[in-house]
Amino acid sequence: MTTSQSLPDVPVASQAKMFKHGLILGLFCLGFGLLLAITDEVTLDDIAARAIEDKQNSLSQVLPDELHDNNPVTDTLTLVNAEGKELTVFRARKNGKVTGVAYEIFGSGYAGEMKLMMGIDADGKLLGVRVLAHKETPGLGDKIEAKKGPWIERFTGLSVGNPPIERWKVKKDGGDFDQFAGATITPRAVLKAIRGGLEFFAENKTALTKGD
Amino acid sequence: MANGNYKTIMKDGLWDNNGVFSMLLGMCPSMAMTTSATNGFGMGLATAVVMAASSYLVAVFRNRITTEVRIPVYILIVAAMVTVVDLGMNAWMHELYKVLGLFIPLIVSNCLPLARLEAFAAKQPPLPAFLDGLFMGLGFTIALTVIGAVREIIGSGTLFADASLLLGPSFKAIELRLLPADMGVLMMILPPGGFIVTGLLVVGKRLLDVRAGKEIQMAGAHAV
Repeated sequence: MTTSQSLPDVPVASQAKMFKHGLILGLFCLGFGLLLAITDEVTLDDIAARAIEDKQNSLSQVLPDELHDNNPVTDTLTLVNAEGKELTVFRARKNGKVTGVAYEIFGSGYAGEMKLMMGIDADGKLLGVRVLAHKETPGLGDKIEAKKGPWIERFTGLSVGNPPIERWKVKKDGGDFDQFAGATITPRAVLKAIRGGLEFFAENKTALTKGD
Repeated sequence: MANGNYKTIMKDGLWDNNGVFSMLLGMCPSMAMTTSATNGFGMGLATAVVMAASSYLVAVFRNRITTEVRIPVYILIVAAMVTVVDLGMNAWMHELYKVLGLFIPLIVSNCLPLARLEAFAAKQPPLPAFLDGLFMGLGFTIALTVIGAVREIIGSGTLFADASLLLGPSFKAIELRLLPADMGVLMMILPPGGFIVTGLLVVGKRLLDVRAGKEIQMAGAHAV
């Protein structure tokens, strides 16, 4: 109705009206657009600071403090994983030597993608795994969160060979790890993601630990 | 509007014309966000802030907004308020934001704020409009908290779990476990539980109203 072709049929009075309504709408858009721009400007630095704190928090759970004297959040390395996806690796160093690395791993859970952070020391031993984001069923699959249960802590200290890689499965599939009552898909997906993360470490061990 | 009517505005929002239990508006967040009392409470409060602010603004500009463009302007105002709340919470109430962050943008698609702008704020001075938005929002908060509490007790056996994440460590004391962990009826925290509990609570509220001799407000009478 506002195309230029239909305009000649519209009486002059209602054209003026249309202009007025358009102007009002435009002014409101301008005003509230400005408000949003100001809010964005005011909150920008704080939001960026919170994002760094979040990253630090999740990293400190998988890279113990005593392992490093640097700040792993800023000591990063970008590698390409088996799926061709770029992966940011956070490095923990002590006296310049890489003592451990942490990176995100991804799994396909019961209700969508899940994102985990995995820490591993220079010898390939798991320092810890934490779930960063998931969409699993509350009360069933969410026991993978550290605050909902100890399940995820079971992995700390394990490595390829302890147990053997073919036993990195839930018990139902002939592996060593508990599934949850009513939820097998979720822990299975976590285990698959961790296996992928361990393989990534094995394939890229030199690049990950050489420290430049 | 005369001062005596402020009480009516409050009562309307909290009970008589409750957004969820009487008008059956805002069903999407009412179902999706009430897997626990804490979630429902947080979602309700965020909605109340947005409703109070947008009702106030619409009332301030009510003589400038022409009938023809009112709906886009209302949506614009609600969306702007939601974005301000979203950014502000991310920056200054980050713990709360991590719990509710995903759901704040959904307030835009809640038809309860829009319904109140059209039915009330567009015709009233700023102060009553602000109160209407606030108390409709608080009524919404109460409804969501009650639905969440019922679902949480039956579904997980807890009440106000994680309230300390939302409200601060001093609220650790209200986190209760009422039933053993394995006794929860999972269906109640899955989507069907939301429909069943909401339906039963709507019936319950109407029974109370009938008993009090009140005329039943027809659902949808105020819907846009």
